Amino acid sequence: MLCQECDKKPATLHFTKIVNGEKTEFHICESCARERGEGIPGTANGFSIHSLLSGLLDFEPVGTMNALGAKPAQQLRCDNCGLTYTQFSKMGRFGCSNCYTQFGSKLDPILKRVHGNTTHVGKIPKRTGVQIQLKREIDELKADLNMRIEQQEFETAAELRDRIRELERKIADV
Amino acid sequence: MSKRSYVEEALSDWMKGNGPDTDVVISSRIRIARNLSGHPFPMLATSQQAQDVMKQLTAVAETGRLDSCGPFETLELSQLSELERRVLVEKHLISPSLANESRCGAVMLSENESVSIMVNEEDHLRIQCLYPGFQIKEAWTLASRIDDIFEEVTDYAFDERRGYLTSCPTNVGTGIRSSVMMHLPGLVLTQQINRILSAIQQVGLAVRGIYGEGSEAIGNLFQISNQITLGQSEGEIIENLHSVARQIIEHERAARQRLLDESRVRLEDRVLRSYGTLSHAMIMDSKEAAQRLSDVRLGIDLGLIGDVSPQAMNEMMVLTQPGFLQQVFREKMTPEQRDIRRAELIRKQLYSETDHGGV
Repeated sequence: MLCQECDKKPATLHFTKIVNGEKTEFHICESCARERGEGIPGTANGFSIHSLLSGLLDFEPVGTMNALGAKPAQQLRCDNCGLTYTQFSKMGRFGCSNCYTQFGSKLDPILKRVHGNTTHVGKIPKRTGVQIQLKREIDELKADLNMRIEQQEFETAAELRDRIRELERKIADV
Repeated sequence: MSKRSYVEEALSDWMKGNGPDTDVVISSRIRIARNLSGHPFPMLATSQQAQDVMKQLTAVAETGRLDSCGPFETLELSQLSELERRVLVEKHLISPSLANESRCGAVMLSENESVSIMVNEEDHLRIQCLYPGFQIKEAWTLASRIDDIFEEVTDYAFDERRGYLTSCPTNVGTGIRSSVMMHLPGLVLTQQINRILSAIQQVGLAVRGIYGEGSEAIGNLFQISNQITLGQSEGEIIENLHSVARQIIEHERAARQRLLDESRVRLEDRVLRSYGTLSHAMIMDSKEAAQRLSDVRLGIDLGLIGDVSPQAMNEMMVLTQPGFLQQVFREKMTPEQRDIRRAELIRKQLYSETDHGGV
């Protein structure tokens, strides 16, 4: 089959586009596809994780207001880098680390869909993350403490309580 | 070590080395994505901002802090020709997007090429460790050590709840991508591959072709990597990949054994036909080369071919890529010319491998 655009080269790419229920088929060669700006898998402008993501991100209807009267996502803009939520949902990428704060709770459903989870449990920076490290340790000790109390192991529980107090003092000092 | 050797020598140390389980696992890779706090991500950064980030990060190598991980050389992408960049991509030392899109991109390469640290790719910093064979845990240990070294002197964008903040939401959290490159001709020939690949995807792992996103798996090479980066610790992510890869290795070996037991002659015929074609063909496109090289590699691993080393196969797999071919022959070629040169190069390589001059 020859390319339906140039009629010279063999058609190596076969697309089926469905827009509003209307189906169109294309049979074109790679160079014509490039000119038309069609995405070719494996090339720079090809179908990528970002285009897939943007489909995921753009699910909130434009202009909806939630019950609390908060800004709809589409009007959000990062005050550090200037990226809007709409741009973010098109590109599937953040502009700076501050976007994470600015787009705040809107991200939870997205992260949940991508990772099945919204909270980091991995590595923490050694130098700048001391406080977070301590907090995490305290949380773990508290969980352990509750379990010991339930099992009436009061001696161990007392030790844990002291250790928690010690870490809490450390946090205050950092 | 100079830019010349990174570009001209086909084999990185990781390809020459004999790692564990190299009959099935070609290489193990860890990539860590990090960003500097307060700086816009590379995609939105102005040239000046990108330049600042590059200076700050490449300075870490210059202070000698990284020396315990081997001497590093910094290459700025703008100083490399298009062809040189392509060769670095074909050696897996930089990503295609660093080669193509980045402004103020740079890469710090360790002398043995097992570590490459990319600056201003999709994220400010991407630390990549590449080991031969099945050594995913070792690769993580090294990558994490390098991560700690950068963190001593730079402020990472980190959030208590979201973890390491990355440009793309698919990397946020741990920012790690751990992957193993596997050669699975046994599972392909015994038609078990699709069943296994779909099972892999159900446990949160992804399967890709050898050049990552969007490329097909040619030559029976499959890259298996973690999908999830948030809500699991690095240890869990790596353990999960490790145990799944371990099972695939066993399945692949069993499949190869079954092929030997049940249809040895057919298998030998296939392997030796490919060997014959590689030794004598005058025209060879990249897809055919990948398939034939895969057959011969299987033959070597099963002891059906004795006089070609697995390292030579690694070398041919890299050398026959378009960028390397043009580098080796020092000329720009059309795809048709490349197919002729590719065949020539493989013939010569096989000829030099065998004492008596080919088959």
